Amino acid sequence: MARRPQPLIFAGAAAASLVAALVAGSLVAVLSRAEGGALSPGDWAAVRFTLWQAVVSAALSVGLAVPVARALARRQFPGRGLLVTLLGAPFILPVIVAILGLLMVFGRAGWVNDAGAALGLPPLSIYGAHGVILAHVFFNLPLATRLILQGWQAIPAERFRLAASLGMARGDIARHIEWPMLRAVVPGAALVVFMICTTSFAVALTLGGGPRATTIELAIYQAFRFDFELGRAALLALLQLAVTAGFGALALWVAVPEAMGRGLDRVVRRWDLGPAWGDAVWIALASAFLLTPLLALLLRGLPAMIGLPGSVWVAAGHSIWVAAVSATTCTGTALAIAVAAARVRRGRSIELAGMLGLAASPLVLGTGLFIVTYPFARPDTLALPVTALVNTVMALPFALRALVPAVQRVEEEYAPLAASLGMGDAVWARRVLWPRLRRPLGFSAGLAAALSMGDLGVIALFADTESATLPLQLYRLMGAYRMDDAAGAAVLLLALSLAAFWICDRGGRVDADA
Amino acid sequence: MLTLEGLVIRQGEFVLRADLVVPAGAQVAVMGPSGAGKSTLLSVIGGFFDADEGRILWEGERIDTFAPGKRPVATIFQDNNLFPHMSAAENVALGIRPSGRLSRDERERVDEALVAVGLDGFEDRKPGSLSGGQQSRVAFARALLQERPLLLLDEPFAALGPAMRGEMQALVGDLARERGRTMLMVTHDPGDARRIGGETILVADGRAAAPMATDELLRDPPPALRDYLGS
Repeated sequence: MARRPQPLIFAGAAAASLVAALVAGSLVAVLSRAEGGALSPGDWAAVRFTLWQAVVSAALSVGLAVPVARALARRQFPGRGLLVTLLGAPFILPVIVAILGLLMVFGRAGWVNDAGAALGLPPLSIYGAHGVILAHVFFNLPLATRLILQGWQAIPAERFRLAASLGMARGDIARHIEWPMLRAVVPGAALVVFMICTTSFAVALTLGGGPRATTIELAIYQAFRFDFELGRAALLALLQLAVTAGFGALALWVAVPEAMGRGLDRVVRRWDLGPAWGDAVWIALASAFLLTPLLALLLRGLPAMIGLPGSVWVAAGHSIWVAAVSATTCTGTALAIAVAAARVRRGRSIELAGMLGLAASPLVLGTGLFIVTYPFARPDTLALPVTALVNTVMALPFALRALVPAVQRVEEEYAPLAASLGMGDAVWARRVLWPRLRRPLGFSAGLAAALSMGDLGVIALFADTESATLPLQLYRLMGAYRMDDAAGAAVLLLALSLAAFWICDRGGRVDADA
Repeated sequence: MLTLEGLVIRQGEFVLRADLVVPAGAQVAVMGPSGAGKSTLLSVIGGFFDADEGRILWEGERIDTFAPGKRPVATIFQDNNLFPHMSAAENVALGIRPSGRLSRDERERVDEALVAVGLDGFEDRKPGSLSGGQQSRVAFARALLQERPLLLLDEPFAALGPAMRGEMQALVGDLARERGRTMLMVTHDPGDARRIGGETILVADGRAAAPMATDELLRDPPPALRDYLGS
């Protein structure tokens, strides 16, 4: 049998152990500081609101995504490919940037209220529970649409051909072909959106707050920042953990669809299509809802970029540093884990250790790290490294999803050939693994870089004015009602995130042979 | 001389036994129904799968304890014989040294091997831009450079059309004979076995039989082979 030397396995096992130790250590720290005693009514309100808004956001996102996905699945039109690509963009779109865009459209002085005032309508407020839900739908409608679109495109074209030859009516096709698919795909898609919304922080921080619209994550932050009650923050972190882990366990039972799927660029030929205007309306509405905020932001922010204050550029420098560090560590860790997982007989446990970040939310990890480091170092001196670290752990599951199957494929296809040629580990890594994995490596690095570039989470716990990242600086500008500067900073952040993703992803594709 | 001594290969319910000798320099077809264990037998000899009992010897020396890369065996698989990100010359160079870093002399040997398989001028092409037949030629050129006396081919030409397959078999047979290699080639087609000439190992009913002259075997096939051939 192929008797391989083992260094690559050790590296992966060590990386997985480090991640597991980091997550477990944070949780133990949280546990040790959590103060017993009853939760206040406010804390229970946060739990209720977290679950309620997540249910509503998931229902709305998925409910609206079904007709949009159906329209995209069965209509071919110019710009369709671009639109489907854009639906993938919220993954790398910084939350705070999107929120500012939504404010420009739905906010007090936004386009919608301007139009309403002209018609003599009373002003709408975006702040509160409905604002939180609006932002969540903005973020998750595209994701849900892509997930459901994948379901539609997974239906073999032959089935529609068969239906046409049998003379099935539109209702029959819906009942026999499309309903069963939706029943299989929709619960998973809804659960994904629900889980994302239960760990919502930046949206609740900017649009929510107060007794009626505070999520658990936001409550953790407030216990820290305003009351400096570490014990209560830790207790809330435990609650958050229970929610995340509880529904995460549920996700193991429901088939959760893959968000990164490709091959969404074909349209199956169908014979049961009615007039196109219904689908056209859905596509137009969804595009308008998703693109108008970004357009509004660009219109306001681009001119403002010239006069941006120096603090914004300093913060941008910090963000680039954080993005570079977490892209490097995340990709390296994921690669080591993926290689070990492919080679060890029970490699699944190594892979699962790397996925542990899914069990903890960013603020839970941040709380734990704060408790552990607080006795030794001033939080603001650790703000940037901790942000990079937490983002590494958070992006790791995505990187593993891209890399584990890719490494497995390379091992399956080429390990026998390499063994018959007597290739050692070093040569294998340099001459086979690296060139074969450039695409998923570039994609993972790009994703990690973009995620951490735009992250507004842990940094808010640790940073002071000196050590802010760009998203935090942007939030502060918004808080000070310097909306022009904020819009300029948001355009800068958007550009940096997209550039970070593009550079890494592109680097993996250029000159790579399929 | 390749000796399979009391070999027993188990995979769940499946059992294959082999006790046979292949003389050095022989050209042997390995034939039998699909699922009989032809490919498994080759991967045990190549070192990709362990037998449960028995020994494998080359020229009297035990080789089944060696890693695949240390055995006197060059294998050409059904597919994935080439690294798609390397040029034809780079792929062939791996036969001399897995790191692919070559001296000037060795580079010349790579070029000679490519000429020998009829791929003069294709050095810089990557597998994606070569036809199936040309890819087989690259893999074979590399196997030639590996300088290993035993050459195992696991239906490497199955995906080629009949004319190209015949051509490749002729090329492989000629070059193997010329360079004194012992060759085992899996095939399910009696026509292929006849073209290879020489002898055939019949793999059927859980047993790999000792090589017999192919002509005789096909003229008077044993029951298992008759069932398979359907004649």
